[in-house]
Amino acid sequence: MNASVNALELKNVTVVYGEGTPFCKTALRGVSVCFPEGSTTGIIGHTGSGKSTLASLTNGLLKPTKGEVLLFGEDIWAKPKEMRTVRSKVGLVFQYPEYQLFAETVWDDIAFGPKNIGLDEEEIKNRVRDAAEFCGITREELERSPFELSGGQKRRAAITGIIAMRPKVLVLDEPAAGLDPKGREEILGGLKEYRRQNGTTMLLISHSMEDIARYADRILVIKDGEAFMQGGLNEVFSNAEKLFDAALDVPQITKLFIELKKRGLCGDTDVYTVGYAKKEAERIIGGSGNA
Amino acid sequence: MLKDVTFGQYYPGDSFLHRADARIKIIILIIYLVIALAAQSALAVALSAAFTLYLAVASHIKLRLLLKSVKPLIFVLVFTGIINLFFTAGSGEPLLQWKFITIYREGIRNAVIMLIRLVSLVLGSAVLISYTTNPIDLTDAIESLLSPLKKIKVPVHEFAMMMSIALKFIPTLIEETNKIISAQKARCADFESGNVFRRIKSLVPVLVPLFVSAIRRAEELADAMECRCYRGGEGRTKLKEMKTRPADWIFLLAAAAMCACVIFLNRVPVKEVFEFWKGMF
Repeated sequence: MNASVNALELKNVTVVYGEGTPFCKTALRGVSVCFPEGSTTGIIGHTGSGKSTLASLTNGLLKPTKGEVLLFGEDIWAKPKEMRTVRSKVGLVFQYPEYQLFAETVWDDIAFGPKNIGLDEEEIKNRVRDAAEFCGITREELERSPFELSGGQKRRAAITGIIAMRPKVLVLDEPAAGLDPKGREEILGGLKEYRRQNGTTMLLISHSMEDIARYADRILVIKDGEAFMQGGLNEVFSNAEKLFDAALDVPQITKLFIELKKRGLCGDTDVYTVGYAKKEAERIIGGSGNA
Repeated sequence: MLKDVTFGQYYPGDSFLHRADARIKIIILIIYLVIALAAQSALAVALSAAFTLYLAVASHIKLRLLLKSVKPLIFVLVFTGIINLFFTAGSGEPLLQWKFITIYREGIRNAVIMLIRLVSLVLGSAVLISYTTNPIDLTDAIESLLSPLKKIKVPVHEFAMMMSIALKFIPTLIEETNKIISAQKARCADFESGNVFRRIKSLVPVLVPLFVSAIRRAEELADAMECRCYRGGEGRTKLKEMKTRPADWIFLLAAAAMCACVIFLNRVPVKEVFEFWKGMF
């Protein structure tokens, strides 16, 4: 595997809804962005900024009005008839995916994707079992109706259905929306572990700066349908002023450290997670204690 | 595929048709249907077509939208046109005779009348009701027109409320369906290939979540209504009282007069009208 390969790349993509009608609306305007293989990119932006449009582009549910979508260097629209192959490689988890559950048992529902790819029985069984085990769905739960599960469990079952397809790229549109902190941690933590084990490229759409700081290594900021900022965590969060201009935020803990720096209490503002902040704080306190 | 559903498509505007009382519009629609169906003679058909044209222009609805309401009927139109053209036996000499095809004057006449009638029916009801009447006003109007039935214990208010809720949820459910289709497509679901049975079967993953969410929405809505103390129609007042203005009555009278005209013209052949006209001068 070549580290410099882009799993997914958008080249100068423009999306216009309802072209030629009075309701015409430009959702994305000339967006060029790369998602390197094995990376996790957090995508942030306001409601209506074009995040979900971008998600639908990645697996060919939506055709760009202009521009190209490249999956491992190949234009996904070159052979529209083979779009299902693309969809088996790019797993897209929509917002509130629990509303797509339909089968009689959780097992059948998880097996839906792998079945559609056309795998044989044995392989389907393996994949369902693996995915379920990974996502913490018990055997007993697999036999139950998906409609009997709790909200968080349903969400997990739905995400498992995508993971069972073993996609190379996993796109998640607000996977933790509307869950309690424990549910968030379970799902996002699970996904992080999944990525560590499988080297899957992930795109994580979220409103929460904290979540992105914890789980992503790159950031793409979308503003009014344009790629406003993109790059590593440091690059983007160290540019706090620019984020504030876009009426977005940096993680709370980063804000604290920016304040501390203003007052000359510390020199480092590249603090995005509470864990790192704790170490940093101990270092500062420890340092002044020694002096 | 779901984008083309025009059912209940209200198009906001400020024409006199938009402002007219919905109850009057429903009555006029009935009169209008009588006109369109009763017109037989050439003059009567011309008059009813003129009325349709007038309504279409007065509604300020764009031509493109008007055509869209007729579009689903193209097959029916062509079919009735052909049937009437070729299968009407006339009394005079055939205009055209070629192998098994014979066309009489009456055939052309019938085909033209049928086409005008069908287009009028669709266009007229679209312009009078669907495009220019807010669905809420429409159900209010139906409730008000049917209110005499309350005397014989027909649950008119409940019926109207159900109808307005159903209408309101159509766009929501269409949006929901599109979302679910996308989600299943993302799981490599195939809706396009295979024979009819396979295609119907492939819709299960769409229909089940759709029904589940429709029931969930219904339950939530029922709770929300109960929280606001909804308890049926008795003593319930309206934010927007329906008012019938003088202009509405004039409109109604004009429609009734038009209807009388059409019935009268049906009985008079074209020739007589022309002669009567000549005699005037």
